Amino acid sequence: MSQLDRLRGVFRASLSLPADRDVDGLEYRAIPQWDSLAHMALVAAMEDEFDIMIDTDEMIDMSSFAKAAELLEKHGADAVT
Amino acid sequence: MPTPSPDRRVALVTGSTLGIGRAVAARLARTGHEVVLHGRDQERSAKAAAEVAAETGGRTDTVHGDVADPAAVSAMMREVHRRHGRLDALVINAGGHAASLLGMMHSDVVSRLFHVNALGATHTLQAAVKLLRRGTDPAVVLVSSVMGRKGAPGQAVYSATKAAVLGLTLAAAKELGPQGIRVNAVAPGYIQTDMLSTLDDRARADTVAATPLGRLGTAGDVAAAAAFLLSADACFITGQVIGVDGGLVL
Ligand SMILES: NC(=O)c1ccc[n+]([C@@H]2O[C@H](COP(=O)([O-])OP(=O)(O)OC[C@H]3O[C@@H](n4cnc5c(N)ncnc54)[C@H](OP(=O)(O)O)[C@@H]3O)[C@@H](O)[C@H]2O)c1
Repeated sequence: MSQLDRLRGVFRASLSLPADRDVDGLEYRAIPQWDSLAHMALVAAMEDEFDIMIDTDEMIDMSSFAKAAELLEKHGADAVT
Repeated sequence: MPTPSPDRRVALVTGSTLGIGRAVAARLARTGHEVVLHGRDQERSAKAAAEVAAETGGRTDTVHGDVADPAAVSAMMREVHRRHGRLDALVINAGGHAASLLGMMHSDVVSRLFHVNALGATHTLQAAVKLLRRGTDPAVVLVSSVMGRKGAPGQAVYSATKAAVLGLTLAAAKELGPQGIRVNAVAPGYIQTDMLSTLDDRARADTVAATPLGRLGTAGDVAAAAAFLLSADACFITGQVIGVDGGLVL
Protein backbone atom coordinates (compact mmCIF):
# COMPACT_ATOMS: atom_id res chain seq x y z
CA MET A 1 0.00 0.00 0.00
CA SER A 2 1.38 3.46 -0.84
CA GLN A 3 2.06 6.01 1.89
CA LEU A 4 -0.78 8.11 0.55
CA ASP A 5 -3.20 5.17 0.79
CA ARG A 6 -2.04 4.57 4.35
CA LEU A 7 -2.63 8.25 5.12
CA ARG A 8 -6.13 8.00 3.62
CA GLY A 9 -6.76 5.01 5.87
CA VAL A 10 -5.58 6.93 8.92
CA PHE A 11 -7.93 9.81 8.05
CA ARG A 12 -10.92 7.52 7.56
CA ALA A 13 -10.27 5.58 10.77
CA SER A 14 -9.56 8.65 12.94
CA LEU A 15 -12.52 10.63 11.62
CA SER A 16 -14.87 7.63 11.55
CA LEU A 17 -15.51 7.94 7.82
CA PRO A 18 -16.71 5.12 5.56
CA ALA A 19 -14.03 3.11 3.74
CA ASP A 20 -15.08 4.42 0.33
CA ARG A 21 -15.13 8.08 1.34
CA ASP A 22 -12.83 10.28 -0.76
CA VAL A 23 -10.68 12.22 1.70
CA ASP A 24 -8.16 13.88 -0.64
CA GLY A 25 -10.01 17.22 -0.68
CA LEU A 26 -10.82 17.22 3.03
CA GLU A 27 -10.22 20.38 5.06
CA TYR A 28 -10.08 20.88 8.82
CA ARG A 29 -13.51 21.69 10.31
CA ALA A 30 -15.18 21.29 6.89
CA ILE A 31 -17.00 18.25 8.26
CA PRO A 32 -18.34 17.87 11.82
CA GLN A 33 -16.15 14.79 12.43
CA TRP A 34 -12.91 16.79 11.99
CA ASP A 35 -13.06 18.97 15.09
CA SER A 36 -10.21 19.94 17.41
CA LEU A 37 -10.41 16.76 19.52
CA ALA A 38 -10.45 14.57 16.43
CA HIS A 39 -7.52 16.60 15.10
CA MET A 40 -5.39 15.56 18.08
CA ALA A 41 -6.40 11.92 17.63
CA LEU A 42 -5.69 12.16 13.91
CA VAL A 43 -2.20 13.54 14.50
CA ALA A 44 -1.48 10.84 17.10
CA ALA A 45 -2.67 8.16 14.66
CA MET A 46 -0.43 9.60 11.92
CA GLU A 47 2.50 9.56 14.32
CA ASP A 48 1.85 5.93 15.17
CA GLU A 49 1.32 4.83 11.59
CA PHE A 50 4.42 6.55 10.20
CA ASP A 51 6.61 6.58 13.33
CA ILE A 52 7.15 10.33 13.22
CA MET A 53 6.65 13.15 15.69
CA ILE A 54 4.66 16.18 14.63
CA ASP A 55 5.38 19.55 16.28
CA THR A 56 2.73 21.71 17.89
CA ASP A 57 3.07 24.34 15.14
CA GLU A 58 2.89 21.73 12.40
CA MET A 59 -0.17 20.22 14.03
CA ILE A 60 -1.90 23.61 14.06
CA ASP A 61 -0.95 24.25 10.42
CA MET A 62 -2.21 20.85 9.24
CA SER A 63 -5.45 22.25 7.88
CA SER A 64 -6.20 19.76 5.12
CA PHE A 65 -5.44 16.29 3.83
CA ALA A 66 -3.04 17.85 1.33
CA LYS A 67 -1.13 19.57 4.17
CA ALA A 68 -0.97 16.27 6.05
CA ALA A 69 0.56 14.63 2.98
CA GLU A 70 3.12 17.47 2.77
CA LEU A 71 3.92 16.98 6.42
CA LEU A 72 4.62 13.30 5.89
CA GLU A 73 7.02 14.15 3.09
CA LYS A 74 8.76 16.72 5.26
CA HIS A 75 9.24 14.12 7.98
CA GLY A 76 10.81 11.76 5.48
CA ALA A 77 8.02 9.23 5.45
CA ASP A 78 9.20 7.74 2.11
CA ALA A 79 7.75 8.62 -1.25
CA VAL A 80 4.34 10.01 -0.56
CA THR A 81 2.74 9.04 -3.87
CA MET B 1 22.01 5.30 20.57
CA PRO B 2 20.29 3.74 23.59
CA THR B 3 17.70 1.10 22.88
CA PRO B 4 14.23 1.64 24.38
CA SER B 5 13.76 -0.36 27.55
CA PRO B 6 10.18 -1.52 28.07
CA ASP B 7 10.83 -2.55 31.69
CA ARG B 8 11.95 0.86 32.96
CA ARG B 9 9.93 4.03 33.14
CA VAL B 10 11.29 6.72 30.84
CA ALA B 11 11.68 10.08 32.59
CA LEU B 12 12.83 13.45 31.26
CA VAL B 13 14.08 15.97 33.81
CA THR B 14 14.71 19.42 32.35
CA GLY B 15 17.51 21.46 33.89
CA SER B 16 19.22 18.45 35.41
CA THR B 17 22.89 19.30 34.92
CA LEU B 18 23.01 20.51 38.55
CA GLY B 19 20.96 21.52 41.56
CA ILE B 20 17.42 20.29 42.10
CA GLY B 21 17.03 18.75 38.65
CA ARG B 22 20.20 16.75 39.06
CA ALA B 23 19.01 15.40 42.43
CA VAL B 24 15.64 14.47 40.92
CA ALA B 25 17.39 12.70 38.04
CA ALA B 26 19.56 10.70 40.47
CA ARG B 27 16.58 9.78 42.62
CA LEU B 28 14.60 8.56 39.61
CA ALA B 29 17.60 6.66 38.23
CA ARG B 30 17.83 4.81 41.54
CA THR B 31 14.17 3.85 41.40
CA GLY B 32 13.89 2.07 38.09
CA HIS B 33 13.68 4.95 35.65
CA GLU B 34 15.74 5.46 32.56
CA VAL B 35 16.41 9.17 32.97
CA VAL B 36 16.96 11.64 30.17
CA LEU B 37 19.01 14.51 31.60
CA HIS B 38 18.91 17.95 30.08
CA GLY B 39 20.59 21.34 30.08
CA ARG B 40 21.30 24.04 27.55
CA ASP B 41 24.56 22.53 26.47
CA GLN B 42 25.22 19.01 25.19
CA GLU B 43 28.60 18.62 26.87
CA ARG B 44 27.37 19.61 30.33
CA SER B 45 24.29 17.42 29.93
CA ALA B 46 26.35 14.42 28.86
CA LYS B 47 28.76 14.91 31.77
CA ALA B 48 25.87 15.08 34.27
CA ALA B 49 24.25 12.01 32.71
CA ALA B 50 27.48 10.02 32.94
CA GLU B 51 27.96 11.05 36.56
CA VAL B 52 24.39 10.17 37.54
CA ALA B 53 24.71 6.79 35.81
CA ALA B 54 27.98 6.12 37.66
CA GLU B 55 26.55 7.22 41.04
CA THR B 56 23.32 5.27 40.77
CA GLY B 57 24.07 2.34 38.48
CA GLY B 58 21.02 3.47 36.49
CA ARG B 59 20.56 4.12 32.78
CA THR B 60 20.72 7.70 31.56
CA ASP B 61 20.47 9.56 28.30
CA THR B 62 20.62 13.24 27.34
CA VAL B 63 18.98 15.90 25.27
CA HIS B 64 19.87 19.56 25.27
CA GLY B 65 18.45 22.93 24.30
CA ASP B 66 17.27 26.28 25.63
CA VAL B 67 13.72 25.82 26.94
CA ALA B 68 12.96 29.44 26.03
CA ASP B 69 13.23 28.46 22.36
CA PRO B 70 10.19 26.49 21.22
CA ALA B 71 12.05 25.08 18.21
CA ALA B 72 14.78 23.74 20.49
CA VAL B 73 12.16 22.19 22.78
CA SER B 74 10.47 20.52 19.79
CA ALA B 75 13.82 19.16 18.67
CA MET B 76 14.44 17.77 22.17
CA MET B 77 11.10 15.98 22.22
CA ARG B 78 11.71 14.64 18.73
CA GLU B 79 14.93 13.10 20.02
CA VAL B 80 13.11 11.57 23.00
CA HIS B 81 10.52 10.18 20.58
CA ARG B 82 13.20 8.75 18.28
CA ARG B 83 15.14 7.08 21.06
CA HIS B 84 12.46 6.13 23.58
CA GLY B 85 9.10 6.47 21.82
CA ARG B 86 7.33 7.75 24.93
CA LEU B 87 7.58 9.50 28.29
CA ASP B 88 6.25 7.99 31.50
CA ALA B 89 7.47 10.83 33.71
CA LEU B 90 8.34 14.45 33.06
CA VAL B 91 9.85 16.96 35.48
CA ILE B 92 9.73 20.54 34.25
CA ASN B 93 12.46 22.06 36.35
CA ALA B 94 14.75 24.18 34.14
CA GLY B 95 14.64 27.73 35.38
CA GLY B 96 16.55 30.82 36.28
CA HIS B 97 16.37 33.43 38.97
CA ALA B 98 16.93 37.16 39.28
CA ALA B 99 15.94 39.49 42.10
CA SER B 100 15.47 43.21 42.00
CA LEU B 101 13.13 45.81 43.43
CA LEU B 102 10.26 46.85 41.17
CA GLY B 103 11.41 49.63 38.90
CA MET B 104 14.99 48.41 39.08
CA MET B 105 14.93 45.35 36.86
CA HIS B 106 16.07 45.80 33.29
CA SER B 107 13.37 44.86 30.78
CA ASP B 108 15.72 42.33 29.14
CA VAL B 109 16.01 40.50 32.45
CA VAL B 110 12.22 40.60 32.92
CA SER B 111 11.72 39.10 29.46
CA ARG B 112 14.37 36.46 29.93
CA LEU B 113 12.88 35.31 33.25
CA PHE B 114 9.45 34.94 31.69
CA HIS B 115 10.87 33.26 28.60
CA VAL B 116 12.79 30.65 30.57
CA ASN B 117 10.54 30.04 33.58
CA ALA B 118 7.00 30.59 32.34
CA LEU B 119 7.19 30.14 28.57
CA GLY B 120 9.86 27.46 28.89
CA ALA B 121 7.60 25.38 31.13
CA THR B 122 4.71 25.89 28.71
CA HIS B 123 6.72 24.95 25.61
CA THR B 124 8.01 21.88 27.40
CA LEU B 125 4.60 20.66 28.51
CA GLN B 126 3.00 21.37 25.13
CA ALA B 127 5.69 19.53 23.24
CA ALA B 128 5.72 16.57 25.64
CA VAL B 129 2.00 15.87 25.82
CA LYS B 130 1.99 13.50 22.88
CA LEU B 131 4.91 11.55 24.32
CA LEU B 132 3.14 11.35 27.68
CA ARG B 133 0.01 10.00 26.03
CA ARG B 134 2.11 7.06 24.87
CA GLY B 135 3.47 6.46 28.37
CA THR B 136 2.27 4.13 31.11
CA ASP B 137 0.59 5.87 34.07
CA PRO B 138 2.19 9.11 32.91
CA ALA B 139 2.83 11.88 35.40
CA VAL B 140 4.27 15.38 35.29
CA VAL B 141 5.82 17.46 38.05
CA LEU B 142 6.43 21.15 37.50
CA VAL B 143 8.89 22.98 39.72
CA SER B 144 7.38 26.25 40.89
CA SER B 145 8.54 28.08 44.02
CA VAL B 146 7.29 29.34 47.35
CA MET B 147 7.63 32.73 45.63
CA GLY B 148 4.91 31.76 43.16
CA ARG B 149 2.53 31.23 46.07
CA LYS B 150 3.62 33.87 48.53
CA GLY B 151 5.97 36.39 46.88
CA ALA B 152 8.55 38.53 48.66
CA PRO B 153 10.08 41.98 48.22
CA GLY B 154 12.57 41.98 45.38
CA GLN B 155 11.03 38.82 43.93
CA ALA B 156 8.04 40.24 42.04
CA VAL B 157 9.08 39.20 38.54
CA TYR B 158 10.44 35.80 39.55
CA SER B 159 7.28 35.23 41.63
CA ALA B 160 5.10 36.08 38.63
CA THR B 161 6.93 33.56 36.45
CA LYS B 162 6.51 30.87 39.10
CA ALA B 163 2.83 31.71 39.65
CA ALA B 164 2.42 31.15 35.91
CA VAL B 165 3.81 27.65 36.43
CA LEU B 166 1.08 27.00 39.01
CA GLY B 167 -1.66 28.16 36.60
CA LEU B 168 -0.23 25.86 33.98
CA THR B 169 -0.20 22.97 36.44
CA LEU B 170 -3.81 23.39 37.54
CA ALA B 171 -5.27 23.79 34.05
CA ALA B 172 -3.16 20.94 32.65
CA ALA B 173 -4.26 18.64 35.49
CA LYS B 174 -7.89 19.26 34.55
CA GLU B 175 -7.33 18.94 30.83
CA LEU B 176 -5.05 15.90 30.88
CA GLY B 177 -6.67 13.98 33.75
CA PRO B 178 -9.27 12.36 31.49
CA GLN B 179 -6.37 11.04 29.39
CA GLY B 180 -4.78 9.47 32.46
CA ILE B 181 -1.98 12.02 32.77
CA ARG B 182 -1.43 13.39 36.29
CA VAL B 183 0.04 16.87 36.70
CA ASN B 184 1.30 18.27 40.00
CA ALA B 185 3.74 20.92 41.16
CA VAL B 186 6.32 21.25 43.88
CA ALA B 187 6.96 24.67 45.36
CA PRO B 188 10.41 24.65 46.95
CA GLY B 189 11.39 27.19 49.58
CA TYR B 190 15.05 28.17 49.95
CA ILE B 191 17.09 25.24 48.65
CA GLN B 192 20.87 25.11 48.81
CA THR B 193 21.89 25.16 45.14
CA ASP B 194 23.87 27.52 42.91
CA MET B 195 20.69 29.59 42.63
CA LEU B 196 21.10 30.60 46.28
CA SER B 197 24.75 31.61 45.85
CA THR B 198 23.81 35.30 45.98
CA LEU B 199 22.36 34.93 49.48
CA ASP B 200 24.85 36.42 51.98
CA ASP B 201 25.34 35.06 55.52
CA ARG B 202 22.91 37.55 57.02
CA ALA B 203 20.14 36.77 54.52
CA ARG B 204 20.81 33.05 54.99
CA ALA B 205 20.43 33.38 58.79
CA ASP B 206 17.23 35.43 58.36
CA THR B 207 15.77 32.81 56.04
CA VAL B 208 16.56 29.99 58.43
CA ALA B 209 15.00 31.99 61.27
CA ALA B 210 11.80 32.49 59.23
CA THR B 211 11.55 28.77 58.43
CA PRO B 212 9.57 26.75 61.01
CA LEU B 213 11.74 23.68 60.42
CA GLY B 214 14.83 25.81 61.05
CA ARG B 215 17.07 25.06 58.09
CA LEU B 216 17.52 25.59 54.38
CA GLY B 217 16.26 22.81 52.14
CA THR B 218 18.38 20.43 50.12
CA ALA B 219 17.95 19.39 46.52
CA GLY B 220 17.29 15.89 47.89
CA ASP B 221 14.28 17.20 49.83
CA VAL B 222 12.71 18.40 46.59
CA ALA B 223 13.71 15.23 44.73
CA ALA B 224 11.90 13.09 47.33
CA ALA B 225 8.65 15.04 46.88
CA ALA B 226 8.90 14.96 43.08
CA ALA B 227 9.64 11.23 43.07
CA PHE B 228 6.59 10.62 45.26
CA LEU B 229 4.32 12.63 42.96
CA LEU B 230 5.61 10.64 39.97
CA SER B 231 5.18 7.29 41.69
CA ALA B 232 2.26 4.87 41.80
CA ASP B 233 1.78 5.89 45.46
CA ALA B 234 0.44 9.20 44.15
CA CYS B 235 -1.88 7.59 41.58
CA PHE B 236 -4.97 9.50 42.80
CA ILE B 237 -3.19 12.85 43.21
CA THR B 238 -3.38 15.48 40.51
CA GLY B 239 -3.56 19.27 40.38
CA GLN B 240 -1.78 19.66 43.73
CA VAL B 241 1.02 21.95 44.80
CA ILE B 242 3.31 20.44 47.41
CA GLY B 243 5.39 22.96 49.32
CA VAL B 244 8.93 21.75 50.06
CA ASP B 245 9.82 24.73 52.15
CA GLY B 246 10.15 23.74 55.81
CA GLY B 247 6.90 25.57 56.52
CA LEU B 248 7.98 28.91 55.04
CA VAL B 249 4.67 29.25 53.21
CA LEU B 250 2.66 29.17 56.45
N1 LIG C 1 17.21 26.87 44.68
C1 LIG C 1 16.13 27.33 45.20
O1 LIG C 1 16.12 27.86 46.34
C2 LIG C 1 14.82 27.24 44.48
C3 LIG C 1 13.65 27.58 45.18
C4 LIG C 1 12.43 27.48 44.54
C5 LIG C 1 12.35 27.05 43.24
N2 LIG C 1 13.50 26.74 42.55
C6 LIG C 1 13.34 26.31 41.16
O2 LIG C 1 13.93 25.04 41.01
C7 LIG C 1 14.42 24.90 39.67
C8 LIG C 1 15.86 24.45 39.72
O3 LIG C 1 16.59 25.40 40.46
P1 LIG C 1 18.07 25.12 41.00
O4 LIG C 1 18.21 25.85 42.28
O5 LIG C 1 18.38 23.67 40.93
O6 LIG C 1 18.90 25.94 39.90
P2 LIG C 1 20.35 25.73 39.30
O7 LIG C 1 21.22 25.00 40.27
O8 LIG C 1 20.76 27.07 38.82
O9 LIG C 1 20.06 24.77 38.03
C9 LIG C 1 19.26 25.22 36.98
C10 LIG C 1 19.17 24.13 35.93
O10 LIG C 1 18.34 24.61 34.87
C11 LIG C 1 19.06 24.57 33.65
N3 LIG C 1 18.67 25.73 32.86
C12 LIG C 1 18.71 27.03 33.24
N4 LIG C 1 18.24 27.81 32.26
C13 LIG C 1 17.91 26.99 31.24
C14 LIG C 1 17.37 27.21 29.95
N5 LIG C 1 17.09 28.42 29.49
N6 LIG C 1 17.17 26.13 29.15
C15 LIG C 1 17.47 24.89 29.59
N7 LIG C 1 17.97 24.63 30.80
C16 LIG C 1 18.19 25.67 31.62
C17 LIG C 1 20.52 24.58 34.04
O11 LIG C 1 21.27 23.89 33.06
P3 LIG C 1 22.56 24.51 32.28
O12 LIG C 1 23.06 25.66 33.11
O13 LIG C 1 23.51 23.37 32.21
O14 LIG C 1 22.01 24.92 30.97
C18 LIG C 1 20.50 23.77 35.32
O15 LIG C 1 20.53 22.40 35.03
C19 LIG C 1 14.21 26.24 39.00
O16 LIG C 1 13.03 26.20 38.22
C20 LIG C 1 14.04 27.19 40.17
O17 LIG C 1 13.29 28.32 39.83
C21 LIG C 1 14.72 26.81 43.16
